[in-house]
Amino acid sequence: MEWNLEEGRPIYAQLVELIQMRIAAGQYAPGEKLPSVRELAAEAAVNPNTMQRAFAELERSGLIVTQRTNGRTVTEDEDRIREVRKRLAETHVREFFARMRSLGYSVSDIRDFVREYSEEGET
Amino acid sequence: MSDLLEIQGLSKAYDVRNHAVDNISITLPRGKIIGLLGPNGSGKTTLIKMITGLLKPDAGEIRICGEEIGPQTKARVAYLPDRTYLSGGETIEGILNYFQDFYSDFSKESAEEMLKNLGIDTDVKLKTLSKGNKEKVQLILVMSRKADMYLLDEPIAGVDPAARDYILRTIINNYNPEATVLISTHLISDIEQVLDEVIFMRRGKLVLYTSVDNIREKHGKSVDAYFREVFAC
Repeated sequence: MEWNLEEGRPIYAQLVELIQMRIAAGQYAPGEKLPSVRELAAEAAVNPNTMQRAFAELERSGLIVTQRTNGRTVTEDEDRIREVRKRLAETHVREFFARMRSLGYSVSDIRDFVREYSEEGET
Repeated sequence: MSDLLEIQGLSKAYDVRNHAVDNISITLPRGKIIGLLGPNGSGKTTLIKMITGLLKPDAGEIRICGEEIGPQTKARVAYLPDRTYLSGGETIEGILNYFQDFYSDFSKESAEEMLKNLGIDTDVKLKTLSKGNKEKVQLILVMSRKADMYLLDEPIAGVDPAARDYILRTIINNYNPEATVLISTHLISDIEQVLDEVIFMRRGKLVLYTSVDNIREKHGKSVDAYFREVFAC
Protein backbone atom coordinates (compact mmCIF):
# COMPACT_ATOMS: atom_id res chain seq x y z
CA MET A 1 0.00 0.00 0.00
CA GLU A 2 1.44 3.33 -1.09
CA TRP A 3 1.51 6.54 0.92
CA ASN A 4 -0.63 8.55 -1.46
CA LEU A 5 -1.49 11.85 0.13
CA GLU A 6 -4.17 14.21 -1.11
CA GLU A 7 -3.64 17.93 -1.47
CA GLY A 8 -6.45 19.59 0.39
CA ARG A 9 -6.66 17.73 3.69
CA PRO A 10 -4.48 17.74 6.81
CA ILE A 11 -1.55 15.35 6.38
CA TYR A 12 -1.75 13.84 9.89
CA ALA A 13 -5.42 12.86 9.34
CA GLN A 14 -4.50 11.11 6.09
CA LEU A 15 -1.64 9.26 7.82
CA VAL A 16 -4.09 8.10 10.51
CA GLU A 17 -6.38 6.70 7.81
CA LEU A 18 -3.57 5.01 5.88
CA ILE A 19 -2.20 3.30 9.01
CA GLN A 20 -5.74 2.28 10.03
CA MET A 21 -6.14 0.70 6.59
CA ARG A 22 -2.87 -1.17 6.95
CA ILE A 23 -3.96 -2.52 10.33
CA ALA A 24 -7.49 -3.38 9.11
CA ALA A 25 -6.04 -5.18 6.07
CA GLY A 26 -3.67 -7.16 8.28
CA GLN A 27 -0.53 -5.69 6.74
CA TYR A 28 0.34 -4.83 10.34
CA ALA A 29 -0.95 -7.86 12.28
CA PRO A 30 -2.51 -7.78 15.77
CA GLY A 31 0.26 -7.50 18.37
CA GLU A 32 2.92 -6.80 15.73
CA LYS A 33 5.63 -4.28 16.48
CA LEU A 34 5.31 -1.19 14.32
CA PRO A 35 8.22 0.52 12.56
CA SER A 36 9.51 3.58 14.41
CA VAL A 37 8.10 7.05 13.77
CA ARG A 38 11.34 7.97 12.04
CA GLU A 39 11.29 4.93 9.73
CA LEU A 40 7.66 5.42 8.77
CA ALA A 41 8.19 9.17 8.26
CA ALA A 42 11.10 8.43 5.91
CA GLU A 43 9.08 5.76 4.08
CA ALA A 44 6.13 8.10 3.57
CA ALA A 45 8.44 11.11 3.01
CA VAL A 46 6.58 13.14 5.61
CA ASN A 47 7.58 15.24 8.57
CA PRO A 48 8.44 13.09 11.64
CA ASN A 49 6.36 15.32 13.95
CA THR A 50 3.34 14.83 11.71
CA MET A 51 3.83 11.04 11.82
CA GLN A 52 4.19 11.30 15.60
CA ARG A 53 0.88 13.16 15.76
CA ALA A 54 -0.80 10.40 13.71
CA PHE A 55 0.59 7.76 16.08
CA ALA A 56 -0.69 9.71 19.09
CA GLU A 57 -4.16 9.81 17.51
CA LEU A 58 -4.08 6.04 16.83
CA GLU A 59 -3.00 5.44 20.41
CA ARG A 60 -5.88 7.52 21.71
CA SER A 61 -8.30 5.46 19.64
CA GLY A 62 -6.79 2.25 21.07
CA LEU A 63 -5.61 0.84 17.76
CA ILE A 64 -1.95 0.96 18.70
CA VAL A 65 -0.38 0.46 22.09
CA THR A 66 2.88 1.82 23.48
CA GLN A 67 4.81 -0.57 25.67
CA ARG A 68 7.71 0.72 27.66
CA THR A 69 9.95 -2.18 26.73
CA ASN A 70 8.76 -3.08 23.26
CA GLY A 71 8.00 0.18 21.49
CA ARG A 72 4.70 0.54 19.68
CA THR A 73 2.61 -2.45 18.67
CA VAL A 74 -0.74 -2.99 17.00
CA THR A 75 -3.44 -3.76 19.57
CA GLU A 76 -4.18 -7.43 20.23
CA ASP A 77 -7.86 -6.58 20.59
CA GLU A 78 -9.13 -8.13 17.36
CA ASP A 79 -12.70 -6.94 18.01
CA ARG A 80 -11.39 -3.38 17.98
CA ILE A 81 -9.62 -4.02 14.66
CA ARG A 82 -12.76 -5.60 13.14
CA GLU A 83 -14.73 -2.57 14.28
CA VAL A 84 -12.32 -0.20 12.51
CA ARG A 85 -12.33 -2.39 9.41
CA LYS A 86 -16.13 -2.32 9.32
CA ARG A 87 -16.19 1.44 9.76
CA LEU A 88 -13.74 1.86 6.87
CA ALA A 89 -15.89 -0.44 4.72
CA GLU A 90 -19.01 1.56 5.59
CA THR A 91 -17.25 4.76 4.59
CA HIS A 92 -16.39 3.27 1.19
CA VAL A 93 -19.95 2.05 0.64
CA ARG A 94 -21.39 5.42 1.66
CA GLU A 95 -19.08 7.24 -0.75
CA PHE A 96 -19.87 4.76 -3.52
CA PHE A 97 -23.61 5.23 -3.03
CA ALA A 98 -23.29 9.01 -2.92
CA ARG A 99 -21.36 9.02 -6.23
CA MET A 100 -23.79 6.64 -7.93
CA ARG A 101 -26.76 8.72 -6.70
CA SER A 102 -25.15 11.86 -8.06
CA LEU A 103 -24.91 10.09 -11.44
CA GLY A 104 -28.69 9.70 -11.24
CA TYR A 105 -28.96 5.97 -10.37
CA SER A 106 -31.67 4.76 -8.02
CA VAL A 107 -30.93 2.43 -5.12
CA SER A 108 -32.32 -0.56 -7.00
CA ASP A 109 -30.20 0.36 -10.08
CA ILE A 110 -27.16 0.42 -7.83
CA ARG A 111 -28.07 -3.00 -6.39
CA ASP A 112 -28.32 -4.40 -9.93
CA PHE A 113 -24.96 -2.89 -10.79
CA VAL A 114 -23.31 -4.43 -7.76
CA ARG A 115 -24.92 -7.83 -8.43
CA GLU A 116 -23.85 -7.83 -12.09
CA TYR A 117 -20.38 -6.63 -11.28
CA SER A 118 -19.78 -9.22 -8.57
CA GLU A 119 -21.12 -12.03 -10.80
CA GLU A 120 -18.76 -10.93 -13.59
CA GLY A 121 -15.96 -10.96 -11.06
CA GLU A 122 -16.67 -14.59 -10.15
CA THR A 123 -16.42 -15.97 -13.67
CA MET B 1 13.47 24.57 26.82
CA SER B 2 14.22 28.06 25.54
CA ASP B 3 13.37 29.11 22.02
CA LEU B 4 16.00 28.44 19.40
CA LEU B 5 15.78 31.58 17.33
CA GLU B 6 14.44 34.96 18.38
CA ILE B 7 14.23 37.81 15.91
CA GLN B 8 13.06 41.30 16.92
CA GLY B 9 12.35 44.21 14.57
CA LEU B 10 14.86 43.03 11.98
CA SER B 11 15.45 45.25 8.93
CA LYS B 12 17.93 45.40 6.09
CA ALA B 13 17.96 47.67 3.05
CA TYR B 14 20.38 47.55 0.12
CA ASP B 15 19.21 50.99 -0.96
CA VAL B 16 17.23 53.67 0.83
CA ARG B 17 13.86 53.01 -0.73
CA ASN B 18 13.88 49.22 -0.92
CA HIS B 19 13.83 47.18 2.25
CA ALA B 20 14.95 43.61 1.52
CA VAL B 21 13.85 42.69 5.05
CA ASP B 22 11.38 45.03 6.69
CA ASN B 23 10.80 44.94 10.44
CA ILE B 24 10.50 41.19 10.95
CA SER B 25 9.88 39.69 14.39
CA ILE B 26 9.54 35.95 14.84
CA THR B 27 10.42 33.24 17.35
CA LEU B 28 11.20 29.68 16.22
CA PRO B 29 11.18 26.64 18.54
CA ARG B 30 13.44 23.58 18.44
CA GLY B 31 12.54 20.31 16.76
CA LYS B 32 10.77 21.67 13.69
CA ILE B 33 11.26 21.58 9.94
CA ILE B 34 10.09 24.98 8.73
CA GLY B 35 9.59 26.27 5.20
CA LEU B 36 10.56 29.85 4.40
CA LEU B 37 8.35 30.60 1.45
CA GLY B 38 7.99 33.63 -0.76
CA PRO B 39 8.30 34.76 -4.36
CA ASN B 40 11.69 35.72 -5.76
CA GLY B 41 12.92 38.93 -4.18
CA SER B 42 10.80 38.60 -1.04
CA GLY B 43 13.84 38.69 1.25
CA LYS B 44 14.34 34.99 2.07
CA THR B 45 18.05 34.85 1.31
CA THR B 46 18.72 38.19 3.02
CA LEU B 47 16.97 36.94 6.16
CA ILE B 48 18.97 33.69 6.12
CA LYS B 49 22.26 35.54 5.58
CA MET B 50 21.56 37.74 8.60
CA ILE B 51 20.90 34.66 10.75
CA THR B 52 24.22 33.17 9.61
CA GLY B 53 26.00 36.44 10.39
CA LEU B 54 27.13 36.97 6.79
CA LEU B 55 25.08 40.16 6.58
CA LYS B 56 24.68 42.80 9.26
CA PRO B 57 21.16 44.07 9.96
CA ASP B 58 20.43 47.81 9.73
CA ALA B 59 18.14 47.47 12.72
CA GLY B 60 16.80 44.85 15.05
CA GLU B 61 18.13 41.88 16.92
CA ILE B 62 18.76 38.18 16.32
CA ARG B 63 19.43 35.68 19.10
CA ILE B 64 20.22 32.00 18.69
CA CYS B 65 19.96 29.96 21.90
CA GLY B 66 19.83 33.31 23.69
CA GLU B 67 23.09 34.61 22.20
CA GLU B 68 23.69 37.47 19.81
CA ILE B 69 25.16 36.63 16.41
CA GLY B 70 28.88 35.96 16.78
CA PRO B 71 31.41 33.13 16.81
CA GLN B 72 29.32 31.09 19.29
CA THR B 73 26.16 31.24 17.20
CA LYS B 74 28.09 30.55 13.98
CA ALA B 75 29.34 27.32 15.55
CA ARG B 76 25.71 26.28 16.13
CA VAL B 77 24.40 27.09 12.65
CA ALA B 78 24.87 24.85 9.60
CA TYR B 79 24.28 26.75 6.37
CA LEU B 80 23.67 25.53 2.84
CA PRO B 81 24.00 28.63 0.62
CA ASP B 82 22.04 29.11 -2.58
CA ARG B 83 25.35 29.19 -4.46
CA THR B 84 28.29 26.94 -3.79
CA TYR B 85 31.39 28.25 -2.07
CA LEU B 86 33.39 25.01 -2.39
CA SER B 87 36.27 24.72 -4.81
CA GLY B 88 35.47 22.38 -7.70
CA GLY B 89 39.14 21.44 -8.03
CA GLU B 90 39.19 19.91 -4.55
CA THR B 91 38.52 16.20 -4.01
CA ILE B 92 35.52 15.15 -1.90
CA GLU B 93 37.99 13.68 0.60
CA GLY B 94 39.77 17.06 0.79
CA ILE B 95 36.47 18.84 1.41
CA LEU B 96 35.54 16.33 4.15
CA ASN B 97 38.86 17.02 5.88
CA TYR B 98 38.31 20.74 5.49
CA PHE B 99 34.90 20.45 7.18
CA GLN B 100 36.37 18.30 9.95
CA ASP B 101 39.07 20.90 10.65
CA PHE B 102 36.62 23.75 10.48
CA TYR B 103 33.60 22.47 12.43
CA SER B 104 34.00 20.60 15.70
CA ASP B 105 30.44 19.25 15.34
CA PHE B 106 31.11 17.66 11.92
CA SER B 107 30.92 13.86 11.74
CA LYS B 108 33.13 12.64 8.91
CA GLU B 109 31.91 9.07 9.45
CA SER B 110 28.30 10.10 8.98
CA ALA B 111 29.15 12.00 5.78
CA GLU B 112 31.23 9.10 4.44
CA GLU B 113 28.42 6.67 5.09
CA MET B 114 25.87 8.82 3.26
CA LEU B 115 28.29 9.27 0.33
CA LYS B 116 28.92 5.55 0.21
CA ASN B 117 25.18 4.83 0.11
CA LEU B 118 25.00 7.12 -2.90
CA GLY B 119 27.95 5.41 -4.55
CA ILE B 120 29.94 8.65 -4.67
CA ASP B 121 33.69 8.06 -4.67
CA THR B 122 35.50 10.43 -2.29
CA ASP B 123 38.69 10.43 -4.39
CA VAL B 124 37.12 12.36 -7.24
CA LYS B 125 37.09 16.12 -7.65
CA LEU B 126 33.85 17.94 -6.87
CA LYS B 127 33.67 19.46 -10.36
CA THR B 128 33.45 16.00 -11.99
CA LEU B 129 30.05 15.35 -10.36
CA SER B 130 26.68 16.01 -11.98
CA LYS B 131 24.68 19.01 -10.77
CA GLY B 132 22.34 16.74 -8.80
CA ASN B 133 25.23 14.92 -7.12
CA LYS B 134 26.98 18.22 -6.31
CA GLU B 135 23.82 19.38 -4.54
CA LYS B 136 23.62 16.08 -2.66
CA VAL B 137 27.25 16.28 -1.54
CA GLN B 138 26.76 19.80 -0.24
CA LEU B 139 23.61 18.82 1.63
CA ILE B 140 25.41 15.80 3.13
CA LEU B 141 28.22 18.07 4.35
CA VAL B 142 25.75 20.41 6.03
CA MET B 143 23.55 17.67 7.52
CA SER B 144 26.60 15.82 8.90
CA ARG B 145 27.13 18.64 11.36
CA LYS B 146 25.41 18.34 14.71
CA ALA B 147 24.12 21.89 14.69
CA ASP B 148 21.20 23.51 16.53
CA MET B 149 19.96 25.25 13.45
CA TYR B 150 20.18 24.21 9.79
CA LEU B 151 19.61 26.91 7.19
CA LEU B 152 19.04 25.45 3.74
CA ASP B 153 18.71 28.07 1.02
CA GLU B 154 16.90 26.57 -2.01
CA PRO B 155 18.24 23.01 -1.53
CA ILE B 156 16.03 21.51 -4.25
CA ALA B 157 16.22 24.16 -6.95
CA GLY B 158 17.24 22.81 -10.35
CA VAL B 159 17.63 19.11 -9.48
CA ASP B 160 15.69 16.20 -10.99
CA PRO B 161 12.82 14.53 -9.07
CA ALA B 162 14.96 11.58 -7.90
CA ALA B 163 17.65 13.90 -6.50
CA ARG B 164 14.93 16.01 -4.91
CA ASP B 165 13.46 12.91 -3.21
CA TYR B 166 16.90 11.96 -1.96
CA ILE B 167 17.43 15.44 -0.53
CA LEU B 168 14.04 15.45 1.22
CA ARG B 169 14.63 11.98 2.70
CA THR B 170 18.07 13.03 3.90
CA ILE B 171 16.48 15.95 5.71
CA ILE B 172 13.89 13.62 7.31
CA ASN B 173 16.47 10.97 8.26
CA ASN B 174 18.67 13.54 9.95
CA TYR B 175 15.76 15.00 11.89
CA ASN B 176 16.80 15.84 15.44
CA PRO B 177 14.22 16.94 18.04
CA GLU B 178 16.76 19.38 19.53
CA ALA B 179 17.42 21.17 16.26
CA THR B 180 15.40 23.16 13.76
CA VAL B 181 15.73 23.12 9.98
CA LEU B 182 14.74 26.24 8.04
CA ILE B 183 14.35 25.59 4.30
CA SER B 184 13.80 28.41 1.85
CA THR B 185 12.13 27.51 -1.41
CA HIS B 186 9.61 28.57 -3.99
CA LEU B 187 8.93 24.93 -4.96
CA ILE B 188 6.29 24.45 -2.30
CA SER B 189 4.35 21.45 -3.57
CA ASP B 190 7.51 19.31 -3.64
CA ILE B 191 8.34 19.98 -0.06
CA GLU B 192 5.22 20.76 1.95
CA GLN B 193 4.62 17.28 3.37
CA VAL B 194 8.10 17.38 4.90
CA LEU B 195 7.37 20.63 6.74
CA ASP B 196 5.85 21.24 10.18
CA GLU B 197 5.37 24.93 9.71
CA VAL B 198 5.63 27.59 7.05
CA ILE B 199 6.63 31.23 7.03
CA PHE B 200 5.27 33.35 4.16
CA MET B 201 7.31 36.41 3.20
CA ARG B 202 6.37 39.20 0.81
CA ARG B 203 8.44 42.28 -0.03
CA GLY B 204 10.57 41.83 3.06
CA LYS B 205 7.64 41.47 5.43
CA LEU B 206 6.37 38.48 7.36
CA VAL B 207 2.88 37.65 6.06
CA LEU B 208 2.09 34.42 7.89
CA TYR B 209 3.63 31.90 10.28
CA THR B 210 1.53 28.77 10.86
CA SER B 211 1.55 24.97 10.57
CA VAL B 212 1.02 23.11 7.29
CA ASP B 213 -1.91 21.14 8.69
CA ASN B 214 -3.49 24.38 10.00
CA ILE B 215 -3.61 25.77 6.48
CA ARG B 216 -5.00 22.50 5.12
CA GLU B 217 -7.60 22.28 7.89
CA LYS B 218 -8.67 25.91 7.75
CA HIS B 219 -8.65 26.47 4.00
CA GLY B 220 -9.20 22.93 2.65
CA LYS B 221 -6.29 23.28 0.27
CA SER B 222 -2.60 22.54 0.09
CA VAL B 223 -0.04 25.11 1.22
CA ASP B 224 0.97 25.39 -2.44
CA ALA B 225 -2.58 26.24 -3.55
CA TYR B 226 -3.04 28.63 -0.63
CA PHE B 227 0.28 30.32 -1.39
CA ARG B 228 -0.79 30.90 -5.00
CA GLU B 229 -4.00 32.47 -3.73
CA VAL B 230 -2.27 34.76 -1.24
CA PHE B 231 0.39 35.84 -3.72
CA ALA B 232 -1.80 36.06 -6.85
CA CYS B 233 -0.92 39.16 -8.83
